Amino acid sequence: MAPGDILIDVKGVAKHYGAGETRVDALRSVDLQVRAGEVIALLGPSGSGKTTLLNIIGCILAPTAGQLALDGETVFDGRWLRDDLRRLRLDKIGFIFQAHNLLPFLTAGENVALVLDLAGAPAAMGQARARELLDYLEVGHRAGEKPAHLSGGEAQRVAIARALANRPRIILADEPTAALDSQRAQLVMDLLRKLAAEQEACIVTVTHDEKIFDRFDRLIHLRDGHLVQT
Amino acid sequence: MNLAIKDIRHGLFRFVLTCFGLGLLMTVVLAMIGIYNGLVADALAVVRAPAVDVWVVEADTQGPFAEASAIPADTRDAVARMPGVAAAGAITYQTVEAPYAGRTLRLYVIGYQPGRPGGPQRIVQGRGIGTSHFELVADRKTGLVPGDTIRLGRNRFAVVGLVEGMMNSGGDAAVFVTLADALALQTELAPAAERVQAARGAVPVKTASVAAVVAQVTPGADVALLTDTVRQWKHLAALTQAEQEDILLVSVVDKARRQIGLFLGILLTVSAVVIALIIYTMTMEKLKQIATLKLIGAPDRTIVGLIVQQALILGLSGWGIGLTLILLVKDNFPRRVLLEPFNAMMLALIIFVVCLLASGLGVRAAMKVDPATALGG
Ligand SMILES: Nc1ncnc2c1ncn2[C@@H]1O[C@H](COP(=O)(O)OP(=O)(O)OP(=O)(O)O)[C@@H](O)[C@H]1O
Ligand SMILES: [Mg+2]
Repeated sequence: MAPGDILIDVKGVAKHYGAGETRVDALRSVDLQVRAGEVIALLGPSGSGKTTLLNIIGCILAPTAGQLALDGETVFDGRWLRDDLRRLRLDKIGFIFQAHNLLPFLTAGENVALVLDLAGAPAAMGQARARELLDYLEVGHRAGEKPAHLSGGEAQRVAIARALANRPRIILADEPTAALDSQRAQLVMDLLRKLAAEQEACIVTVTHDEKIFDRFDRLIHLRDGHLVQT
Repeated sequence: MNLAIKDIRHGLFRFVLTCFGLGLLMTVVLAMIGIYNGLVADALAVVRAPAVDVWVVEADTQGPFAEASAIPADTRDAVARMPGVAAAGAITYQTVEAPYAGRTLRLYVIGYQPGRPGGPQRIVQGRGIGTSHFELVADRKTGLVPGDTIRLGRNRFAVVGLVEGMMNSGGDAAVFVTLADALALQTELAPAAERVQAARGAVPVKTASVAAVVAQVTPGADVALLTDTVRQWKHLAALTQAEQEDILLVSVVDKARRQIGLFLGILLTVSAVVIALIIYTMTMEKLKQIATLKLIGAPDRTIVGLIVQQALILGLSGWGIGLTLILLVKDNFPRRVLLEPFNAMMLALIIFVVCLLASGLGVRAAMKVDPATALGG
């Protein structure tokens, strides 16, 4: 696929929680297209539906209505069109968590290699890829440590390595820099931009962090369940 | 990459401690099984000791173990003359207390006629009883050793040999003495009034009575015919060896069996609940990690494998520790603890099933976890 292809295509997506008096309209009608190589920020006040939208794109939350296509494949149209959503996530989507959510019983290297292991790659290949990514993110020397022994910034970089391990084309991040100081936050964003460019991937990041706004190609605001682009 | 083992190694100390606790529980379960088996084996040991085919006892009794039985000693001669009988011996059983080395030993005294059925089968140390008076062969558990002497009634007996595994169903270790000595002991220990009467000669001394006459039959002899014939004597009853063993199991061991059986049932239930609880808790603590696994795309197989493997490792370690512990301590129990490989295997099977069921609970919880809970802290 050439750069610039549409990797995420959200059409008329709505999501409401609950029913009757307690009904919450988190998303009313959202349209969004993200192309390969793009790095975009999802902004909006608390409760505006940012996480909801990210979860829908990540195929862990079913919209109430609308369509979703990832990497040219329609995956939701009123209902999920694939029954192996986890395989879809494993192959196409990388998540970077707010709290880094590394598995505490695996070393940094194993956390990264696990993703390839789950995808069925031989162990040696997983280890090599983990080493390569961790070196690239300058945490290679910490590969043998358990997450509890890593600093917040190190753990976040390991989490990024894990999100990238399977070379996904869609990378979703919810407040990836919340735990980092502004200098580190900018470094991480620069890194993500570089990776997006190299791997022809797109990155959608939820953030409140104004210090990194200049690192995005587009800023998208969510307000009352609608998108407002700037 | 085996996540189950990595996770166990991550929290090794806690896991080992949990296995150890479960192991202790398994030790108790195995001990109960062993005690029950030991009870049966001990009870049968005395019945099997004479290695005979037929027991002649008092009419309308299930003697001499389940009920008291007294028959005239000369019944032996009548039985010995019956067709098909190869050898017969009179035998008595009584429990006496005797001071020894500063404590009181409870002894199960078996009187038999040397050279006739009823005596000890295998002397493990020393020799069998000769013809002289006041010798005895003791079970090793009495603590007596050849060369010791011990006072029974009015006389000192010399310990000449040892046997093993001989005791009554109450656990009192056995000693073998000659029938003559046993009968003398019986009179000495009879109620004082009776003895005074006897000394005065007021009442004719009863002909000596024994508990039973045991008989071995000639090869090919009809045991049923023999017992039928014996029963024609109004004051006698006859039991085959198999009947005697059944009576013992039903009457003497049955209550203990039900008691221990019930206790075992409770223990197994408790163990099952504990195992289920541990595994469920282990899974609940990992829910967030399981959500993360789901989010990054791990298939159910990986998650189920994690839970089930840990459950099985826990259960089988507990079983292994329990088995090792009971094998180490079983000889220190006052009663025999007898474990058959079959018992250990059955317990392994039960634990296996319990662990599978318990992990079912955990798996259910894990399957319900929303991968979204991994996001956003
Ligand atoms: N599972 C749920 N059940 C009911 N309501 C929900 C659920 N998840 C989110 N909501 C509601 O939907 C709205 C959007 O929530 P969402 O988490 O997407 O907001 P957000 O923009 O990510 O907020 P924040 O910046 O605080 O993380 C909120 O009003 C929230 O209360
Ligand atoms: Mg949010």
